[in-house]
Amino acid sequence: MLASRLFTVARAFPKHAALGCLVPRLKHTLPDLCYDFNALEPVISAEIMKLHYTKHHATYVNNLNITEDKMADALKNGDINTTISLQPALKFNGGGHLNHTIFWTNLSPSGGGEPTGDLMTAIRDDFGSFENFKKELSATTIAIQGSGWGWLGFNPVNGMLKVTTCANQDPLEPTTGLVPLLGIDVWEHAYYLQYKNVRPDYVKEIWNIINWENVTERFAKARMEKLQ
Amino acid sequence: MHPVCILLVLLSCFSVVSSGTSAPYHGIEKYAEEYPLPKLPYDYDGLEPQIDRATVKVHHTGHHAAYTTNMNAALKEWKNDDTSDSLSRSSLLRILQNLQDIPVQYRTKLRNNVGGYVNHALYWGCLSGNQGNRTPTGTVAADINTVFGSFSAFREKFTAEAASLFGSGYVWLSRQSSTSATAKPPLVITTSQNQDTPISEGLRPVLVIDVWEHAYYLKHQNLRAKHIGDWWALVDWEAVNVLDGWWAKMDVKVHEDL
Repeated sequence: MLASRLFTVARAFPKHAALGCLVPRLKHTLPDLCYDFNALEPVISAEIMKLHYTKHHATYVNNLNITEDKMADALKNGDINTTISLQPALKFNGGGHLNHTIFWTNLSPSGGGEPTGDLMTAIRDDFGSFENFKKELSATTIAIQGSGWGWLGFNPVNGMLKVTTCANQDPLEPTTGLVPLLGIDVWEHAYYLQYKNVRPDYVKEIWNIINWENVTERFAKARMEKLQ
Repeated sequence: MHPVCILLVLLSCFSVVSSGTSAPYHGIEKYAEEYPLPKLPYDYDGLEPQIDRATVKVHHTGHHAAYTTNMNAALKEWKNDDTSDSLSRSSLLRILQNLQDIPVQYRTKLRNNVGGYVNHALYWGCLSGNQGNRTPTGTVAADINTVFGSFSAFREKFTAEAASLFGSGYVWLSRQSSTSATAKPPLVITTSQNQDTPISEGLRPVLVIDVWEHAYYLKHQNLRAKHIGDWWALVDWEAVNVLDGWWAKMDVKVHEDL
């Protein structure tokens, strides 16, 4: 908790809506972590948590701000070439910020076990059983080539749950239309210092710290938005 | 000593120097029932202090070994499935050059695992300890100057690509396909994602850096730039020229096979 406060930047200026407005754009910041770096041990070490949050996530935030500034200039100048050429950096850093923000809330030192209520019902309806769902998300996530994320997503078109993956930092919703409920980061930086090349062990252990309350909240919100 | 004896001694020395120990990528140009994990041309601590022993060991016995096992399994499955398919009984080079002809149910697995096997063999083959950031030598050096203006201009460009690659992948210096029997084709810098390889684009890679996080995370964590600096210090330009020469011989063989 204490450590994360150091990374919050005071928001001095209101968000602007119009292009060319003189009020500066709101900068993205690292979200607060709801637990200390060592709180997820032994599943995820304090060393990994500290690097992952203060270096990797922080870099996505910084580079997102830089990219958005450049993009604002390019848009203001009507420079389409530059606007388009900034899009990979926007996707990469914006996606990185979105994904990690979700990830920290998906985990909890008091997590683990299984979900209950409506979420469990939906999992049983759409996967047959919780075990089936767990197996599918684990296997799919482990099999990702290179860097990426495994996701449990909510399909707002048919109201069903779906397991899928995204490469690199591609954000789930813009890429697939699915609303992200639970993500597993399998970039090597998420586990390497502790698990080395044995990604399956990391994916097996992470189930012990899944914050089902948070996943349930996201599910409930997604379902409510679908009904509107 | 008799002049002929001197000549014979010199010739035998030359052949020992030029053939030397087998490079890690030897054998990818021939068909084999099963491919072994290539031996490294150095001990696990042979790249210290630039690349630490622990990294080299897990990179070789963990990652490269897994690609080897999975590649052999996928090749076996493919061969058993279709006894008439000749591509499944070709060399790894041939397979990588013809990915689109692999049956779709095996394609991704082979693209990833044959790629992983070959890419790592090339990565190991370009490095050795105590190179001390030497400037390049030989034909490759001359061609670098021709294409990029200078070695430092080339190094800057290559480094920038390596630093900015999103996700997992490699940066390569390759020759384009040979069209002439005498002139060396030009050099290009390209990048690839995951275990994709410029060999599949018809290029002949002579130098490669692995920028997957596993290549540097134990020592440098998020600081990829430091890994790139360490890697430059290990590039063995003699080995790069040998690899360049090896491709020239392959081109001759490929024409013979066709």
